[in-house]
Amino acid sequence: MDWLTEHKLPIGKWLGKGVDYLNQYASGFFDALSLVLETILNGTTKALLMIPAWLLIALVAGLAWWLHRSKGLVVFVVLSLLLIVNMGYWQETIETLVLVIYATFFCMLIGVPLGIAAAHRPWLYTILRPILDLMQTIPTFVYLIPTLILFGLGVVPGLISTIIFALAAPVRLTWLGVSNVPLTLIEAGKSFGCSPRQLLWRIELPHAMPTIMAGLTQCIMLSLSMVVIAALVGADGLGKPVVRALNTVNIEKGFEAGLAIVILAILLDRIFKQPSKPAVGV
Amino acid sequence: MAAVEFRHVDVMFGKASKQSFELLDQGKTRNEILAKTGAVLGVADASLAVEEGTICVLMGLSGSGKSSLLRCVNGLNKVSRGELLIAHKGGFVDMAKISESQLLELRRDRIAMVFQQFGLLPWCSVRENVGFGLDVKGIPKEEIKRITDEKLALVNLSDWADKKVDELSGGMQQRVGLARAFATDADILLMDEPFSALDPLIRDRLQDELLELQKSLKRTIIFVSHDLNEALKLGNQIVIMEGGRIIQAGSARDIIFKPANEYVRRFVANINPLNVLYAGVLMRPLAQFTREQNQLVLDSGWTLSLDAQGKVSTLHHQGQAHDLHAVDYDVWMKDVVEICQNNDKPLLVTQAGEVVGVICHKDILQSLLRQAELNSDMPM
Repeated sequence: MDWLTEHKLPIGKWLGKGVDYLNQYASGFFDALSLVLETILNGTTKALLMIPAWLLIALVAGLAWWLHRSKGLVVFVVLSLLLIVNMGYWQETIETLVLVIYATFFCMLIGVPLGIAAAHRPWLYTILRPILDLMQTIPTFVYLIPTLILFGLGVVPGLISTIIFALAAPVRLTWLGVSNVPLTLIEAGKSFGCSPRQLLWRIELPHAMPTIMAGLTQCIMLSLSMVVIAALVGADGLGKPVVRALNTVNIEKGFEAGLAIVILAILLDRIFKQPSKPAVGV
Repeated sequence: MAAVEFRHVDVMFGKASKQSFELLDQGKTRNEILAKTGAVLGVADASLAVEEGTICVLMGLSGSGKSSLLRCVNGLNKVSRGELLIAHKGGFVDMAKISESQLLELRRDRIAMVFQQFGLLPWCSVRENVGFGLDVKGIPKEEIKRITDEKLALVNLSDWADKKVDELSGGMQQRVGLARAFATDADILLMDEPFSALDPLIRDRLQDELLELQKSLKRTIIFVSHDLNEALKLGNQIVIMEGGRIIQAGSARDIIFKPANEYVRRFVANINPLNVLYAGVLMRPLAQFTREQNQLVLDSGWTLSLDAQGKVSTLHHQGQAHDLHAVDYDVWMKDVVEICQNNDKPLLVTQAGEVVGVICHKDILQSLLRQAELNSDMPM
């Protein structure tokens, strides 16, 4: 066994060298990307914070009503958001919300086409599967370090880590939805002369839509679960008070910030979840 | 003219190598080819012409290759060897060598399909489903609405146009499937066991409706069925398949009275003659009766007088004239029996106004007796 430990494979070294190499030769690219993303995220946060809290609450309540026609949900939205304002976490909530929205947006932007491509090409899914497993299971702190080196402190490494963590959900669920379209429907589409593109838009995507939407809600939840980690690399939001509370052993502060995260999670879940039965008569 | 013609069509699934075709040419069976080469034989050496405006029923047990053959017509299965000609724009297109764009054109304009499991889009309304093929073709919205309304009326579903398909019963869903196939005005309809998933009463009714529609629409229909009753009822031409090969092709008469082998005889033994035999099958053609001057001698003292043009004029029994009773060629046996029950005269059979044959009581009894004999002959 001594021999085995003496001749250690330099796995860590290889990866470290890879990151160094990227940092050395592609730092311009990463800096530019970082700048662009940071500008977009901070800009959105500022814009949302300029809207008075009561107006934004009303808008969210309106959205909830428009999507679900449920009085209970609207009352819950209004009361829970007022509670967040009352606890003094409005700004942090907006910062977290922006991070979650952008992370989800990029995840869907990359994940849905990737899932479709994988459903059409079995070899691609064979390659993708271990990578997705890796992205979901590797401890977050491990890739936090290279993202930190490449993107610097702030909201961007938080965003990137969140995307890496949450991306697998939309890819997998889109793949599942598209590859589970019944053969009869595919054949019906083909036999009436659908081109591959028409087949995708008229048969595969509509059939996969509920599953893709489940991917969306999962993606939102996974992103939210990353807020505390994101705070560790300097992203603003509800994660920060939690981290600070941890460092100062402040139970009250920790619980209040945690409660705000939970409220945000439940709200987003209820608002974006597909109704279990399709609405009849619309 | 043949609308669809199969010429020595082979369909091989999986790794269809040169060797697998060589084995096929040596007359090896499906299992032997599978064991040696890993290729699954779908259809072997199928040659068949389907005439324009007729219903051709491909009949056989599951695994007989009937669906595999049907699916070649619109390219859902590839023809591995041979030619599959479809009459198109005055010439013929060979499905074995068709280009991608021509395939789309044929599927959009010429060939429509009805599926056993309906294949309707559950997220769309009935109307949207019927208009699916038109929408794929890029027909303007108002035009689609006009056509779908017309086709929905054709299948008696006008009141259901805006419902979702899963609110409909199975029989209604398949009517939507039929309307969708009729909507594109494709003149070739492929029907892959369209009524098999329905309960017997509904199935019977839809068969009647299809025959009724076919009288006016006159499409070329290739219909797959595992039920000889259905095949005899619907088919102008019946093609019996086993193990990927065509065993017998012919009219209902040929299949019933001249079954090619034991396999076909087994099927014939299980039919219900009252529902699937019709006057044209029961009758004896005029040519089969002895002719004495201007009279045809029928059974038990009945004679049929012919006029100067050789047309049937009067019916006589022992010197006494009787009224002529006639039924149409495609009247079902159950109706023929009902007419004969109240009437001991021979029944004339007409086709397009011309007398083509006569049914005497003996013919009815004989067909029933034959059926009973076939059943008792069957090894259990």
